[in-house]
Amino acid sequence: MALTASTVRVFVPGDAAAVSVGADDVAAAVEAAGAQVVRNGSRGMLWLEPLVEVETDAGRVGYANVAPGDVDAVLAGNAADIGVVDQHPWLTSQRRVSFARVGIVDPASITDYEAHGGWTGLRRALSLSSAEVVQEVTDSGLRGRGGAGFPAGIKWKTVLETASDLKFVACNFDEGDSGTFADRMVVEGDPFTLIEGMTITAHAVGASEGYVYVRSEYPHAIAALRRAIDAAYTHGYLGADVLGSGLAFDLHVRVGAGAYICGEESSMLDSLEGKRGEVRAKPPIPAISGLWGRPTAVNNVLTLCAVPMILSSSVDGGPGWKRYAELGAGRSRGTQVFQLAGNIKQGGIVELPFGVSLRELVEGYGGGTLSGRPVRTAQVGGPLGAYVPEAGFDVPMDYEALAETGAMLGHGGIVVFDETVDMAQMARFAMEFCSIESCGKCTPCRVGSTRGVEAMDRIIAGQDVAANLVLLDDLCDTMTKGSLCAMGGLTPMPVQSAIKHFPEDFEPHGIEQSGAPV
Amino acid sequence: MTTAPTTDRVTLVRAIAAQHLTERGPLMPVLHAVMDELGHVAREDVEAIADVLNLSVAEVHGVVSFYHDFRTEPPAAHTVALCRGEACQSVGAEALYDETRARAGSLAADVEVTEVFCLGNCALGPSGTLDGRLHGRLSTERLEALTEGWR
Repeated sequence: MALTASTVRVFVPGDAAAVSVGADDVAAAVEAAGAQVVRNGSRGMLWLEPLVEVETDAGRVGYANVAPGDVDAVLAGNAADIGVVDQHPWLTSQRRVSFARVGIVDPASITDYEAHGGWTGLRRALSLSSAEVVQEVTDSGLRGRGGAGFPAGIKWKTVLETASDLKFVACNFDEGDSGTFADRMVVEGDPFTLIEGMTITAHAVGASEGYVYVRSEYPHAIAALRRAIDAAYTHGYLGADVLGSGLAFDLHVRVGAGAYICGEESSMLDSLEGKRGEVRAKPPIPAISGLWGRPTAVNNVLTLCAVPMILSSSVDGGPGWKRYAELGAGRSRGTQVFQLAGNIKQGGIVELPFGVSLRELVEGYGGGTLSGRPVRTAQVGGPLGAYVPEAGFDVPMDYEALAETGAMLGHGGIVVFDETVDMAQMARFAMEFCSIESCGKCTPCRVGSTRGVEAMDRIIAGQDVAANLVLLDDLCDTMTKGSLCAMGGLTPMPVQSAIKHFPEDFEPHGIEQSGAPV
Repeated sequence: MTTAPTTDRVTLVRAIAAQHLTERGPLMPVLHAVMDELGHVAREDVEAIADVLNLSVAEVHGVVSFYHDFRTEPPAAHTVALCRGEACQSVGAEALYDETRARAGSLAADVEVTEVFCLGNCALGPSGTLDGRLHGRLSTERLEALTEGWR
């Protein structure tokens, strides 16, 4: 159909992933053609980016992998489309809660946020007491999405019940795990949800100041968040008297400086205080003594972004916390935002209730590898997560089921590798990464990772392999048991899972090639 | 980046630090502002910041040296940062990184090729930034094309 360019609204994602494959140039071309451009977030179907959507009477019609040269044909209705994006099976089969508005709303518009159901959770929360809010979050079963899976309500209860004239809410947006990008996408595509979640948290725990610690590698997200915070102040959702409720809450953005360890909560707190991001010994826990020694609720972006829905009430479905608790499997309640990454044909965001199998994610949603070669393994849960062999892909994705198989969910990142991967090199890299990013405070992590790289180098070179594997195993044991935090404590997970599931990659190459018995 | 006389530089750095004095834990924002303004954090900047924020030189130096982003020397005219995270490795990032470093001189006269661990673009790797701008699905050919204006 032909469209009048000047009247039609065209959505060109401003999401960093879309921008990385040319979305800015496409947006400029659409604007030059006279159409009204909205820089929405990404729908999370990243292999289709730049995914341009044109508003029609039937809905928003999508055009995949658009280049600037395609814009005229798209606007004239002559280009091949993928149909109405909302009806795309990759999306309709998902259960989007945290990502409900991402890709749909205009992240720059606070009124668009409200039109799509924003602020209802905050309004309702402000009508409840702090203890009632904490109770609903506890009853929802919400667990920390940063990786540890600690019940959010229990953490909040501790902060609420710790007396102090000053308390903080700190959002951990230092999403450093390779293979994860959900925090980035939700903030770029729907930043007001995070602001609403943090403001509800402030009311729940009695905090008056909030800090979002965001990594410097995310400039698009930093810009989106700062713009949204400014708008929230202007419209009374932040500041000295939030919505006339008497709640005073100020929200600040702080930018990291390229240190992976600052995603560990106590390192993040030190970094926020303007120090080297070194891990703190626990106790005391941050809920009692966090930022500047005050009680601090520290939560991940996705945890905080689930809060508005949990506090909302709906006409038909009952209270938000109940609807949330009805989703999931076992003690893993609600939805998990899975991120399909690496060597994958259809990478992106899949939000589903806990319990979906890894196979369904990688082969179903992901469509196998980008290279077209057979899948060999997937690393689940970031650089500190286990390598799961293809034969183990039927494991249900929830905290406990994964733990039983010796893996972990982490922040929900899934990095797929094809058959060409060398697992000895990946094990070496895990140790190398730890040696580069260790904060240096504890010896098992600082020295252990360097010795681990050396041991792997000897194994790869075929020197005294059996003895070095024993040494490496011993080293991993020391790191697991003796490290102060998860960095040194979990680096053995990718190393040992690689050795366990792919022992053939650790055998001396010379013997293998000569055909001699091993 | 700029080659302003030392005294001018110190005056500017002191002014930047003073702007953040009312914030809690102002050191990181101050260092970012100095990086944005001057391209690197020089030895004399550390002393000026320490003085204004009432910190020891050792404390400020300790923070500058801890974080990868804070550099103490001016950057090259052009920068390439390539991701070496696992997701990018699964689509050939290591080879791209090694190759790009080996032939850096052919991209531009004054260029710096560095590693970065994750840019959050893990489904469209290999990823990297060119003069701070994010690009996905990088290859030797694409790098060549994207840096054409550098030569």
